[in-house]
Amino acid sequence: MNSAVVISPVALQMSGVAALLVTAILAIALSRSERATAVIYGATLAICAAALFGALRALLGDAANSSTLILPVGLPWLGAHFRLDALASFFLVVVNLGGAAASLYGLGYGHHEPSPHRVLPFFPAFLAGMNLVVLADDAFSYLLCWEFMSLASWALVMAHHREPGNAKAGYVYLVMASFGTLSLLLAFGLLAGPAGDYGFAAIRAAAHTPYVAALVLILMLLGAGSKAGLVPLHVWLPLAHPAAPSHVSALMSGVMTKVAIYGFIRVVFDLLGPPNWSASVIVLFLGSITAVLGILYAMMENDLKRLLAYSTIENIGIIFVSLGLALAFQANGLKLAAALAFTAALFHVLNHSFFKSLLFFGAGAVLNSTGERDMDKLGGLIHRMPFTSFAVLVGCVAISALPPFNGFVSEWLMFQAVLQSPDLPQWALKIMVPAVGAMLALAAALAAATFVKAYGVTFLGRPRSTAAETANEVDRYSLAAMFILAVLCLLGGILPGLVIDALSPVAVEILGGRMPIQANEAWLSIAPIAESRSSYNGLLVMMFIAISASLTVFFIHRFASHALRRGPAWGCGFSDAVPAAQYSGASFAQPIRRVFGTMVFHARDHVEMPPPGDIRPARLRIELHDLIWEGMYAPIAGAVAVSSEWLNQLQFLTIRRYLSLVFATLVTLLLVLAIWS
Amino acid sequence: MQMHSLSFDVSHTLAGGLVLISFLMLYQDRLYSLLNVFALHALVLALSVAWQAFIQDAPHLYVTAVIALVFKAIVIPVALHRIVKQLGIHRDIEAAVGIGPTMLAGMGLVALSMVLMLRVTAEADPLAREDLAFALSVVLLGLLVMVTRRNAVSQVVGFMSLENGLVLAATGAKGMPLVVEISVAFSILIAFIVIGIFLFRIRERFDSVDVSALDDYRGEHR
Repeated sequence: MNSAVVISPVALQMSGVAALLVTAILAIALSRSERATAVIYGATLAICAAALFGALRALLGDAANSSTLILPVGLPWLGAHFRLDALASFFLVVVNLGGAAASLYGLGYGHHEPSPHRVLPFFPAFLAGMNLVVLADDAFSYLLCWEFMSLASWALVMAHHREPGNAKAGYVYLVMASFGTLSLLLAFGLLAGPAGDYGFAAIRAAAHTPYVAALVLILMLLGAGSKAGLVPLHVWLPLAHPAAPSHVSALMSGVMTKVAIYGFIRVVFDLLGPPNWSASVIVLFLGSITAVLGILYAMMENDLKRLLAYSTIENIGIIFVSLGLALAFQANGLKLAAALAFTAALFHVLNHSFFKSLLFFGAGAVLNSTGERDMDKLGGLIHRMPFTSFAVLVGCVAISALPPFNGFVSEWLMFQAVLQSPDLPQWALKIMVPAVGAMLALAAALAAATFVKAYGVTFLGRPRSTAAETANEVDRYSLAAMFILAVLCLLGGILPGLVIDALSPVAVEILGGRMPIQANEAWLSIAPIAESRSSYNGLLVMMFIAISASLTVFFIHRFASHALRRGPAWGCGFSDAVPAAQYSGASFAQPIRRVFGTMVFHARDHVEMPPPGDIRPARLRIELHDLIWEGMYAPIAGAVAVSSEWLNQLQFLTIRRYLSLVFATLVTLLLVLAIWS
Repeated sequence: MQMHSLSFDVSHTLAGGLVLISFLMLYQDRLYSLLNVFALHALVLALSVAWQAFIQDAPHLYVTAVIALVFKAIVIPVALHRIVKQLGIHRDIEAAVGIGPTMLAGMGLVALSMVLMLRVTAEADPLAREDLAFALSVVLLGLLVMVTRRNAVSQVVGFMSLENGLVLAATGAKGMPLVVEISVAFSILIAFIVIGIFLFRIRERFDSVDVSALDDYRGEHR
């Protein structure tokens, strides 16, 4: 027996959670003091960094053996089970990395917070909730922690509740979160079966009928999908994510949606047993719709943070497509291809948490120094905020899936998985997967266009308002957080082999297969199937880009004419262009609105021309409809309003009428009994 | 056999009489007469319980009979008489629904409970069957009294006749322990006290025991 007391990894992670909860309580006590912001964010930074280190060690070290912990709380006959395995370790890495970055950012950003006592207590609680969801190992603790996470994030969304629109955002979020939890509750109820054993180990061991498996899949798509932002359950996301303070938006978009994906993977891949290929069809379909619609919404958006939130929906769609591919391959026993698609999904989870956090931090920096989220009031920030602009540029390039950054690698891996589809035996999948691949390609191209628009309109050109003209660079903590994430984006792009190898224990645990070991490839290449089929080398691509760009610059400066010429600039017909006449976000989106808008948004352009003699300017008004809101949510809301109006009359009856109602109910029931028995 | 038949007939008669008196209660539109009929109702209940005690050879049921006689047939009607007199509402005509429709509804309810009980308890002891059917009728008629009256006092009376139906059902079944009956009696007593206080409070505040005054207070108008 080892004499030293060995603390299991899961206990270490749980102590991190406990420390976060203590920090939350401390925050309540401290929240009115001056130094609370520094103390709380410093504490969460330290705790998240420690938890990140622990999770990384668990993932890279002995990920094969999981460690469990049972706490005597929760249901009396069950206790609260927690378990740290490879999948949980990976998602803990994502959660705590995002948490650490957000805390670092918060050290600077939090000083501008008008009401810190509304943010500080909930921030550590939110982090603790996300950690707990990932660690939970029975249905009861899972749902409890899930609700805790939802409520903590709801409180953060409502931090600035007096701002217009935030109350609605919080309300919609609460409704959707409740709906999602209800779906999860039903899913776990079905999984536990009539025996009612809610431990994940028992659920995993039990055999589930195809009928139950299909129902659970649909319920998980509703439950986890509503939290992740799967179309058509995404409506809360573009409302709630921008409403929160920016570092919380980054956590919600970059990390909380990933926790939802963790839930989906845990149940559908792990607990539900061997998948059926038809399950993948619905996942692929929803994922591809989500990807394309999400990015189209983002393209039409002029609010920076809302644009980012819509882009999150797109990325969630991409991840779900990849998970759908993994399901399809796994159902047909194609372990290698399944591992490829699954690893690509996890890689994209990691990447999206990097660049989406980075971009939200950038949006927060812009918001802080200009007070504006509307892109049409920004512009020219690259001169005033050069460092922020550079970091955000890295994020935009990475999210647009351009090499040599990380976004390219994960999407490239997904396309490699799509190219494996001829091996699938089912004709439905053989036809569907390439079509889904085309949708992915479309989404990727639109994403690039969207981020060209976001970056160009916000940071390039000339300032469109005095706020943008007088903006200042943000503080060092915020910049440090952004640059760390930017470096991680680059590292993920040029060292993908390390990431893929680190993810292999997860694939082995969940799928029983893995991608080939990438560490043996020369020069940091990656070869997802075999080198003869395809390989990618991020380092080489970066070298090529760097060398060719330097050469181009060199040749231009060396051989171009040095003669100085002065002449009138061609102003496109405007002799004295005001900044407002620049290309705006709406004008950038116009071609895409023309192509897709009429169908997807019922977009119409109205030119309001004043009559001759009237000196008012002519106006162009763009009419866009959110068809999902109008077609799905508005009727539901209307029906609820009408029926509650109708039922409301029951509140104001006389005592005699209430008695009559009871009496009538009794007599009706007796009549039913008399007629049917 | 002869004895069984006789006991059956007597208890049947008493239970049927209880249903008949419930109908009488439905017909009354003055409070004093309603209270008198209620006293009669409780008296018949007491007789019925006593007869059950006799044929079931269960002496503890005599206690229940005495409780019914003393409290329901004497104490409560007398107390309610006094209340009505104090409040000066003995002249009120207070049926919310016309007598005719009420009687028709009552007949329907009796038919319903007969059909239901005779069908549901097909295998049970015939004595208990009939008794249960009558008891259900009494309960439903008591509810009907509560529903068709506006005045709080008559609603109390309806409630207590409903309780009488419950006691009838409880004593009809063999081997019901006394505890239950005592608790039933006490619950009625407590209900009576509570409602009595309630009446005075309404009276103090609104100068009326018509519950529609409460509706006015809540901003409602019929």
